[in-house]
Amino acid sequence: MTNIYKEITINGLWKQNSGVVQLLGMCPTLAVTTSAVNGLSLGFATALVMAAANGAVSPVRQYVPNEIRVPVFILVIATLVTVIDLSINAFAHELHKVLGIFIPLIVVNCIVLARVESFAAKNPTLPSMLDGFMMGSGLMLVLGLLGAIRELVGKGTVLSGLDLVLGPSAHAFMWTSVDYHGFLLAVLPPGAFLGLASLILLRNCIEMRKTKANDASALAATPAMKH
Amino acid sequence: MRSLNHAYLVTKNNMAQTIIKHALKTAIAMLAFAFIGTLLLAYVFIATRPPIEASEKEARLALFKQILPASSYDNDLLATQVSIQPNALLGNRLPSIANVATIQQKPAGVILEAIAHDGYSGDIKLLIAIRADGSISGVRVLAHKETPGLGDYIDLAHGNWIKSFDDQSTAKTAVEKWLVKKDGGQFDYMVGATITPRAVVKAVLKALQYYELNKQTLFAPKAN
Repeated sequence: MTNIYKEITINGLWKQNSGVVQLLGMCPTLAVTTSAVNGLSLGFATALVMAAANGAVSPVRQYVPNEIRVPVFILVIATLVTVIDLSINAFAHELHKVLGIFIPLIVVNCIVLARVESFAAKNPTLPSMLDGFMMGSGLMLVLGLLGAIRELVGKGTVLSGLDLVLGPSAHAFMWTSVDYHGFLLAVLPPGAFLGLASLILLRNCIEMRKTKANDASALAATPAMKH
Repeated sequence: MRSLNHAYLVTKNNMAQTIIKHALKTAIAMLAFAFIGTLLLAYVFIATRPPIEASEKEARLALFKQILPASSYDNDLLATQVSIQPNALLGNRLPSIANVATIQQKPAGVILEAIAHDGYSGDIKLLIAIRADGSISGVRVLAHKETPGLGDYIDLAHGNWIKSFDDQSTAKTAVEKWLVKKDGGQFDYMVGATITPRAVVKAVLKALQYYELNKQTLFAPKAN
């Protein structure tokens, strides 16, 4: 049983990472990641929506007629997104000013519907919720990392604006390089594409190295096997 | 022949019935989901409305405080509003709201919203506080889409340029000097981004002219 959960986690965070493997949800990935905090915040909101959407759809999956499953799923997702949008506006107003227009866009993020359709509609509630959360977390990691890279290269800071999320005490976690004027391109739209490409490259390199190592050991074990 | 026809009709009837039944079932399921969703949304909307309104009010008041010192007026600034119809000088295409400040029932100043349409990319939304004597108390950029790192120095978060309007007036700087230095005017700009400050200077000047033309109506007694 625990194996399933482990697999779901690995799938979401690495094997089928929505940001760098499935390449779903490009709109927030490219548009919001001008800073690490923006990326992480929107990623977190997406993860919440995905866990909630999967958790809401899975228990009622046998009551959803097949013909209208997509409208029903979208309805559920849109409702949850609005709930989260209103909650962020009420309890983290400053953050809402930054992410404002992107939160409603979670509705049209394909990855949310994709997981509801391909996982929650076929699996029990608990694994579904975990799947949603892990897929969302995978995206959050990519958004955060991409945001951090663009922020560091573009503005010479990391985690600036954290106080908008966690209050003034968060200033301690912010890091600002001294005497760096920034490389503007990284913050502009092209920086998003270049940054994402680098992340995909990095992941593919690691994967290829792993496969190569596996192949090598397999070859050593069965020398007669042809490739 | 007759019985065959009859049988055919019966199956046809049955099929129609099943289709209707199925469609009805589907529609009811959709309706049920929509109903539950609406209930949930209504509940969350009502529950989050007070904190949202409070934080919006607070944010607005904090912004007002930056451009119009709280000591310069004694009325409820947020409550004292005048609706302004679309006006070429303010650049608003929809009715906007001006907040009127008074001290001991006498005019103290007014906070106007102005929109510059000729920025480098998109509209620049400005909040301009003008004292009763026609001088500027402060200007802030509410929203803009100027290029990050180039034109965005008009935003206080990226530079102090916007403060160069403090205490300016058409009395202090002649109207024909309300230009960026590159155009022979009074106001600084940054090399590589002149379109943005040009638009802002023009918008602020026009807001001042609007104020001069309309101060009687703005401070009309019904403001309270």
